[in-house]
Amino acid sequence: MSAPILEVQSLRKYFPVRNLWKRRVGWLRALDDVSFAVQPGEILGIVGESGCGKSTLGKTLMGIHTATQGRILFQDQDIAPLKPHQSRKFRQHLQYCYQDPGASLDPRWTIRASLHEPLIVHTDLGEAEREARVREILAAVGLPETHLDLYPHEISGGQQRRVGLARILTLKPSVVILDEPTSGLDVSVQATILKLFLSLQEQFGLTYLFVSHDLSVVRLICDRVAVMYLGRIVEIGETAQVFATPRHPYTQSLLAAIPKIGGARVTDTFALEGEPPSPTNLPSGCRFRTRCPKAQPLCAEKDPALRADWPRQEAACHFAE
Amino acid sequence: MESDLITVRDLRVAFASDAGLAKVLDGVSCSIRPGEIRGLVGESGCGKTTLARAILGILPQNSARIQGGQVLFGGRDLLTVAEGTLAREVRGREIAYIPQDPSTAFNPVFTIGTQIADLMHWKSPLLRDPSFKGNARARREADLARVVEWLRLVQLPNPEALLRKYPHEVSGGQRQRLMIAMALLPEPKLVIADEPTTALDVTVQAQILKLLKGLARERNVAVLFTTHDLGAAYEICDRITVMYAGQEVEEAPVAEFFNRPSHPYTRKLLDSLPSAETGLRGIPGEIPRLIDPPPGCRFNPRCERATAICQQRPAPEQVGPGHSVRCHHRLTEFAA
Ligand SMILES: Nc1ncnc2c1ncn2[C@@H]1O[C@H](COP(=O)(O)OP(=O)(O)OP(=O)(O)O)[C@@H](O)[C@H]1O
Ligand SMILES: Nc1ncnc2c1ncn2[C@@H]1O[C@H](COP(=O)(O)OP(=O)(O)OP(=O)(O)O)[C@@H](O)[C@H]1O
Ligand SMILES: [Mg+2]
Ligand SMILES: [Mg+2]
Repeated sequence: MSAPILEVQSLRKYFPVRNLWKRRVGWLRALDDVSFAVQPGEILGIVGESGCGKSTLGKTLMGIHTATQGRILFQDQDIAPLKPHQSRKFRQHLQYCYQDPGASLDPRWTIRASLHEPLIVHTDLGEAEREARVREILAAVGLPETHLDLYPHEISGGQQRRVGLARILTLKPSVVILDEPTSGLDVSVQATILKLFLSLQEQFGLTYLFVSHDLSVVRLICDRVAVMYLGRIVEIGETAQVFATPRHPYTQSLLAAIPKIGGARVTDTFALEGEPPSPTNLPSGCRFRTRCPKAQPLCAEKDPALRADWPRQEAACHFAE
Repeated sequence: MESDLITVRDLRVAFASDAGLAKVLDGVSCSIRPGEIRGLVGESGCGKTTLARAILGILPQNSARIQGGQVLFGGRDLLTVAEGTLAREVRGREIAYIPQDPSTAFNPVFTIGTQIADLMHWKSPLLRDPSFKGNARARREADLARVVEWLRLVQLPNPEALLRKYPHEVSGGQRQRLMIAMALLPEPKLVIADEPTTALDVTVQAQILKLLKGLARERNVAVLFTTHDLGAAYEICDRITVMYAGQEVEEAPVAEFFNRPSHPYTRKLLDSLPSAETGLRGIPGEIPRLIDPPPGCRFNPRCERATAICQQRPAPEQVGPGHSVRCHHRLTEFAA
């Protein structure tokens, strides 16, 4: 195997929890000892419960949040401790596409201005070259040129998302963190955009971290998938393996909750017991045990580590078979 | 049969821009019964959010033009009701809205608790309860208890702590669930949910869908449920309305929608679902510009079945119980 393009080692990101008087009363462990490696040209899916730390992972890799602990090796350099100005030259090659499309666009700027801006900051292209690049990418994401003169509030949610994508693609990055890039798109535009990702990947040798709740899309385009629960990777492996034989009980309930058109309705059959525990007050031992159908006394005592007991698949559960 | 709760009739909305007038809703009609969950699906940009905003009377005033139509609700046409009355009696009370973009729904400088308290100050259903009259404090406490209960119902852990947080301190899916709880707190009759589960994982989505379904079944709440996730639509919708470029093209009971789609666009939409067998298939061509849209059925430039007659907009044709389609060349053969 070739050397990974991006490697994360024991990454932690804790947010302070404050009381009414703004005093810190504890920590919220949004990322709690996360490790994985990504090969060049690979698409790694990241799935998991809402609030489990997927966006925090993306933002910490990008330096939007500083890591509490751990290493982020990108092009053989640990970028976790770098200050924003030191890391700019790396981070141009590492791009993060925001989950809320509205959040990445300035409401006072036209779409044209939003698309030119990253090129002005990161490149020394002239006005005409920039405009040419912008139009090329705009066409690639399937938006008409007339949209260049519109403001974000004048276009639909799905169109804003495409502008957000265009914005990061103009920089021709090497690793792109896509935070739910197709949520809010209809299935036909989604298919077009996913094909676009795949063709850009071929064209420019891109590597993707693909955060998504849409498991049918993950299954279709990701080489490997990491399943997160409360700040931790609980299962990671080749996509086909994980979908065919999920080992971790959380992965199993996640897959069971996918609606199946024409099949039994999940809203009638699915039950995952209990509420997710608060990330500020994690249970002892395994963090899934409070909702786990397989939980045993050992699960309260010992925090399970990822076990590589299966071919191309690892899971963090004492009792996974 | 129970009469309709809301009827939208031939609604026309346009947006003024420098390039001209974009005709975003081109004669849209649909009605929803109490307790019905109606799916609203269609290509991104086809006007689903615009329809929701028109019903609520929150279209941007400077650019939107309502060019015709009616929105009948509770015996009146909401398009003609004064803004003050709408704000006081309808919006956030009888009709609740779960907006599409959770990032814009909260004010970043106040805690979530402050914003919910503010909402309850104006919209609490307990305001109508005589036992709290003149006792605002007791009402506030009762409201708070309800708020906490609802936050639990939408599966948010540790609601009390959440109320002290600022909007940027919670995840995208948590914000979305907060909005759902806030919309449902005033006990509306109609909920307009604009892609309410896009930012949620499937386990939480299943809980939220269950919750909406329960509201419809047990409390007779009607839901207009916009979604791109046809799986979610399959889960809870009774009927589905399909829109394309500002026109409604088909309306069908959920089983008919999936098994006997009659409009070519509906068929193509279903064919675009990602699957291991067929891979990724989009619909060739682009959505039309709404400033100078194609005449007649707006899908005709992308439609394989189109002929000259498609330059005229087809009237709705009844093809089954509760199933109507607007197409001159509707599909009559269906895959097994
Ligand atoms: N304020 C506005 N000014 C001008 N055009 C607008 C405005 N708001 C919406 N539009 C246009 O109206 C059309 C419909 O937008 P709308 O937001 O209703 O779509 P949608 O069906 O909700 O799409 P999505 O699925 O992407 O959310 C789009 O083409 C959009 O560009
Ligand atoms: N700036 C912040 N300050 C404090 N807590 C935060 C902050 N950002 C996120 N959190 C918390 O960290 C946890 C992880 O949030 P994150 O946004 O990474 O979740 P996510 O996996 O992306 O969820 P979703 O699928 O809902 O987008 C959540 O409990 C959230 O409330
Ligand atoms: Mg997120
Ligand atoms: Mg919309």
